[in-house]
Amino acid sequence: MRDVAIVSFAQTPSLRRERDKDEVEMLAPLLGEVIERSGIPRKEIGFTVSGSSDYLTGRPFSFVIALDAVGAWPPIEESHVEMDGAFALHEAWVRLQHGDIDVALVYAFGKSSLGSLRDVLVTQLDPYYTAPLWPDAISLAALQARALLDAGLCTEREMAQIAARNRAKARQNPFAQLRGDFDVEALLASPYLVSPLRKHDCPPISDGAAAVVLAAGDRARKAVSRPAWIRGIDHRIEPHSLGVRDLCRSPSTTLAARKAGVLGASVDVAELHAPFSHQEVILRNALDLGPNVDINPSGGALAAHPMMVAGLLRLGEAASRILDGRAKRAVAHATSGPCLQQNLVCLMEGDP
Amino acid sequence: MYDPAAGDGTLTAPYVLEYTYRRSLGPVIGRFLTGLRDGKIEGIRTPAGQVLVPPTEYDPHTGEPLTDFVEVGQSGVVTTWAWIAEPRPGQPLARPFAWALIRLDGADTALLHAVDAPGPEHMRSGMRVTVRWRAERVGGIGDIACFEPEPVR
Amino acid sequence: MSEPVRRIKAPVRLAFEINAGHALTGFLRAIAEGRFLGQRCVSCHKVYVPPRGVCPTCGLLLGEEVPVADTGTLTTFCTVNVPYEGQTMKLPYVYGSILLDGADIPFPHLVQGLPVPEVRMGLRLKAVWAPPAERKPTMESILWFSPTGEPDAPFASYQEHL
Repeated sequence: MRDVAIVSFAQTPSLRRERDKDEVEMLAPLLGEVIERSGIPRKEIGFTVSGSSDYLTGRPFSFVIALDAVGAWPPIEESHVEMDGAFALHEAWVRLQHGDIDVALVYAFGKSSLGSLRDVLVTQLDPYYTAPLWPDAISLAALQARALLDAGLCTEREMAQIAARNRAKARQNPFAQLRGDFDVEALLASPYLVSPLRKHDCPPISDGAAAVVLAAGDRARKAVSRPAWIRGIDHRIEPHSLGVRDLCRSPSTTLAARKAGVLGASVDVAELHAPFSHQEVILRNALDLGPNVDINPSGGALAAHPMMVAGLLRLGEAASRILDGRAKRAVAHATSGPCLQQNLVCLMEGDP
Repeated sequence: MYDPAAGDGTLTAPYVLEYTYRRSLGPVIGRFLTGLRDGKIEGIRTPAGQVLVPPTEYDPHTGEPLTDFVEVGQSGVVTTWAWIAEPRPGQPLARPFAWALIRLDGADTALLHAVDAPGPEHMRSGMRVTVRWRAERVGGIGDIACFEPEPVR
Repeated sequence: MSEPVRRIKAPVRLAFEINAGHALTGFLRAIAEGRFLGQRCVSCHKVYVPPRGVCPTCGLLLGEEVPVADTGTLTTFCTVNVPYEGQTMKLPYVYGSILLDGADIPFPHLVQGLPVPEVRMGLRLKAVWAPPAERKPTMESILWFSPTGEPDAPFASYQEHL
């Protein structure tokens, strides 16, 4: 395996609604910034891959329009996943293993504000048995939360504490959307959205974009002083039908973590893509994180949740703490599909 | 150059995306939905003996094609639920209801559907519910109008 | 009732409010005022009409606004003969790729005002605008493009823009 590292990371602020710029106008300055920060000239980028969903804009091939922001001339080698940018990063990592190129650009973007995200996400469900009932994303997450509460693995108070803690940590993150000190009693007194989930248990709706530059081996060492080396990366998926899964656990996260070398590794930081508060409990358990791990110093997905970007943000935020020396080893997680159906786990480390 | 500070904002426009998909079902999903039209619920049995409801074409563990249909009960147990106080367009009921995963008698997996209960205080995991059929059925998951709490004996 | 069910109707309906973005908004507001506005790339200096915020070859945000004439040259075109869902035009009609004077990329619009068999590459065209009271920030404010009567533009003048 070639050593591949994240050498730079950039993001736009996550906003409830980006009223001024369209996706291309959001991306162009961002890509310029992430490339400049990497110290690697644009022409050395051998592979470009993005993560986004046409369903957010309601227009097929909308990701092709986003290529305007890349300046794809002369023609570039490019790919796209109709998924969170974290999975695009995985593809870039795989591509760099071939050994013929040393640098890849990964980006992700999405404007959830354009449509009704809860309802748009119904279109990812089984079209025969499930989608015709239009179970929105919050309803499905609520089914998982109830199962977790019934199993005694979590309480509504813990969920509120998780929401409050993430948003308090987000005060240090100028890019996050929901930041501040929230009183747990006040949160618990608020009405249910879809029981047992209250508004604070759910992610905000966000428009945003993020980008990462990956470099291999010596090219990474030449570019930055402390590359965030990817020591392991893996993703696994469970069946799509909720009625077949154990909603209280995340076996795909555990398996991906095992393959990525995370289980048993002691990490300083864990960035977990848990859009709903109860899911942080499931993921902590699945990754077997110790009590001293700093979870979601960025504020996580409860503080900012640009769809298709939030997973890449976890990888970028974890990497940034290695790049600037705040952390030695970090785990980053990204998810896709309802109720943590598919999960990516990445172990990163800085040089000693 | 238009000036966003002038307060006009960028132009927006409503855009409705509508597709009239008709999906072919194949022998397994087709048989299940035909059963619903005819007022019965069938699962499919795996070689390991598990009965999957709703049926899938392939064994989730081995990937082998499945063909062994078995009728299951029209009542079962709620394994988890969630109360939606403000239903959204297209959902099974227009008044507040519970989403639930329901493991029908004879099945080993749970079906997602709605439960028409008077309020969230009437819902708990482990309760029994029974199917309410739609009067006119066409062969779709909506042939089950919803489930309702089984009367407590 | 013994016929097996073979298909389901599975309609999808999603409502969006899409947003034109900064550059396109400026362009469309000018269209409502009866004029074309391009934007120039700060690096390669090409003028884009309509401007989409970024130069696609350089990946840089576009710079200065550049007024562009409402006359231009027809580069390539197609004649639509086959009816289709959503059709509003009477068949046959011509849809052309029009390079406005001062712009570096063509954009598509309708070509009318001459018999369809006479439409040809190099035809000089002018925008036929909707009456001022009917103009809105949409490309429908231009009804179509019609011949100016000038001699055809030489191939060399637009061959790089095909």
